[in-house]
Amino acid sequence: MKLSINRRQMLTIGAGAAALGMLGLPVTPAYAKNDSDEAIAKFTGGKAPTAGRVKLDLPEIAENGNTVPMTVSVESPMTEQSHVTDVLVVTDGNPRAGVATFHFSPASGVAEANTRIRLATSQNIIAIAKMNDGSFYSATKAVKVTIGGCGG
Amino acid sequence: MAIKPRIKLDKKDAKKGDLVEVKALVSHIMESGQRKDSSGNVVPRKILNKFTCTVNGKEVFSADFEPAISANPYIQFKFKAQESGPVVLTWTDDDGSKIVGEESITVS
Repeated sequence: MKLSINRRQMLTIGAGAAALGMLGLPVTPAYAKNDSDEAIAKFTGGKAPTAGRVKLDLPEIAENGNTVPMTVSVESPMTEQSHVTDVLVVTDGNPRAGVATFHFSPASGVAEANTRIRLATSQNIIAIAKMNDGSFYSATKAVKVTIGGCGG
Repeated sequence: MAIKPRIKLDKKDAKKGDLVEVKALVSHIMESGQRKDSSGNVVPRKILNKFTCTVNGKEVFSADFEPAISANPYIQFKFKAQESGPVVLTWTDDDGSKIVGEESITVS
């Protein structure tokens, strides 16, 4: 039997294959989600942080992902009674979520730190502050990265 | 090779309770452990993973660094001037070696 496929049939097959690709096996995302959720859960002990009090200062668009200036500050009187103890910074698009953890005490006077970080791709940066009373506050900032910063 | 960090305090003489800003920069490759060399082997991780600052022996600020910190790490923070004494900044490498820098502050 001669197998002949005309143009119309060919199109149907093509469409079917495309649909399979979309619905069938899960397509690997361009960037697999990293371990940011686990890192946050480990830091907060499963508690959900409240949005606010934390300020993340990063450029909207970073031309060079190798060195992106980042300032994180937390609103707090920084007294013995009420102060920030730790601030965790993670990203959701780097190969590994962790960026840094800053440790403050009333001797710090103010909960503020600045450093330069690497961003592999456009992604969200999340900062979570832990207060001495056990509460957690967070801030999220999205940064667009023109050139990724993980070498390769 | 001893690496000398660059440290700058915004004031050397402070009144008690003043906020003193510290800026510090240290030369370090901060190899992330994610990069591959020309023959496809992963370059082993080598970063400064811990930073601490003590004033007159008391810790005022510290940080844990992950590979996402840029090469030649820069850190800027503040502390509350309480007493005169040495301001010692210490970075700890993955291999256990330490980079230490020192400044001093006079509190009146």
